[in-house]
Amino acid sequence: MPTITPAFADVTASDSALRRFLHGLPGVDAVGLEARAGSLGTRSIKTTAKAYAIDLAISMIDLTTLEGADTPGKVRALAAKALRPDPTDRTTPATAAVCVYSDMAETAVAALAGSGVKVASVATAFPAGRASLAVKLADTRDAVAAGADEIDMVIDRGAFLAGHYLKVYEEIRAVKEAAGAARLKVIFETGELSTYDNIRRASWLGMIAGADFIKTSTGKVGVNATPANTLLMLEAVRDFRAQTGVQVGVKPAGGIRTSKDAVKFLVLVNETVGADWLDSHWFRFGASSLLNDLLMQRQKLSTGRYSGPDYVTVD
Amino acid sequence: MSTVDATRLSVFKTYKLYVGGKFPRSESGRVYEVTDSKGAWLAHAPLSSRKDARDAVVSARKAFGGWSGATAYNRGQVLYRIAEMLEGRRGQFVREVAEAEGLPKAKAAAAVDAAIDRWVWYAGWTDKIAQVVGGANPVAGPFFNLSTPEPTGVVTVLAPQDSSFLGLVSVLAPVIATGNTAVVVASERLPLPALSLGEVLATSDLPGGVVNVLSGRTAEIAAPLAAHQDVNGIDLTGADAVLAKELEIAAADSLKRVLRPHATDWRSDPGTRRLTAFLETKTVWHPTGSLGASGSSY
Repeated sequence: MPTITPAFADVTASDSALRRFLHGLPGVDAVGLEARAGSLGTRSIKTTAKAYAIDLAISMIDLTTLEGADTPGKVRALAAKALRPDPTDRTTPATAAVCVYSDMAETAVAALAGSGVKVASVATAFPAGRASLAVKLADTRDAVAAGADEIDMVIDRGAFLAGHYLKVYEEIRAVKEAAGAARLKVIFETGELSTYDNIRRASWLGMIAGADFIKTSTGKVGVNATPANTLLMLEAVRDFRAQTGVQVGVKPAGGIRTSKDAVKFLVLVNETVGADWLDSHWFRFGASSLLNDLLMQRQKLSTGRYSGPDYVTVD
Repeated sequence: MSTVDATRLSVFKTYKLYVGGKFPRSESGRVYEVTDSKGAWLAHAPLSSRKDARDAVVSARKAFGGWSGATAYNRGQVLYRIAEMLEGRRGQFVREVAEAEGLPKAKAAAAVDAAIDRWVWYAGWTDKIAQVVGGANPVAGPFFNLSTPEPTGVVTVLAPQDSSFLGLVSVLAPVIATGNTAVVVASERLPLPALSLGEVLATSDLPGGVVNVLSGRTAEIAAPLAAHQDVNGIDLTGADAVLAKELEIAAADSLKRVLRPHATDWRSDPGTRRLTAFLETKTVWHPTGSLGASGSSY
């Protein structure tokens, strides 16, 4: 796959051309965006549609552990959970991937070998992204060498907010190259970008630079994925495909804890970009506690009685 | 009531549920008519659905860690505070009980006084029950062997159907005195004193979620609560024989502790039976070693 669409060759020719393009994107109607995201959140999804949504959401989860205290044992336990989220009900689908730090990628790869569950590794000095390009690239190569199928990189928010778009662009290009065959998810950390206009600009910047996925957040700051910023990014991938024919995935991450929230995001996907994205190849949830809530809801649907946290695994 | 100004419109009270320290309406938006003993309209009470029950369990579970971890002394103070707050609103409860149960003023006042005294009585028990039902067990070995009671967890309480306030307090107070958190289903026909009690609990230093009060059809709310996997015990006092049997069967699946209904005169001395119904005994073994020259193992 070409990492750059010819249509944008002139846009990325210089810092000023890139700035002109990004600042030329239409401004975001913040009130309208939030109202739209809010109104789509009021849809009532029940019975068979709910059962479908719950299974789809489970299959879209990047089951994540990104803690300083991660141990190989914890990663293996998480991998086991990703493979078989509910051991009491074998019809439960596996999650899409397990997401870990790059030094844990090898452990995760070994635990998931041959299962179809992917290993995603964060890289590029996650979560702050404050390191030299050489360090970021070494981090990425480490993760790929360990066998990661997907790389979750963070952009340099400092450079982005300072207006050095070309620097951000070139960094994403370089990481994309270092990632090789691994799919690249680009994290914007929307909670640090201040405005919806910036999120739209970051989305286009990431997609032009060759992102396979655009992702809201690291989960390490106060504001993470919200329905509004995810809707905005969905609109960006829709418009990008209309313009270039290239489909890019979206991954909201952080702060999605309940089944109800997850279903709201799926409604956003279906209403904004359509069924093409309703697949774990194109839409993911970055989450850890969400899975347990989905499993409890699933148990409620299959047994008719409310489940409790004693009946799902603790991670 | 005799001095009411004829030109003033009276303000009707909207009775609401008490869940998680807040006063929501039923999630279903439903209400039902509550009448006095002669059939005259008193108020509309929320007609709770199974989703209200689910939300109440979530609140009770969230509150359990803090409440069961609080010192027994602190729990006693909070329960005593409930009695203090009730004393200040005695008139309101006497009126509500008299209307609901069709009692003369004096009898209703006696019931409310007994209920207030019962809070004080159970307040005293919070830091004494462990000595009564726990203790050191003699064992054949160099060990301290200590048994202590611990709260069961989230307990569903079906309040008695005929005693709207004294009966309610008599089943609720012992459950929370020992550190459990409660989801109470008020008497179906006489729910108003229970809903007003929520307002008292909210101003008594009782953490939100420790007691959650639901009103509505007992059978409708109790069924999902009995089957709920995250409820640890159920007091079936307010269920008739047929319903109690059904609920006990539903509760068996998750090994809930069940307190079966039995005829009770709520005015009589309650004893410790209800206090111990929702307690689990934990026993620890600790090696004593031999410390003293005298051969004492302490």
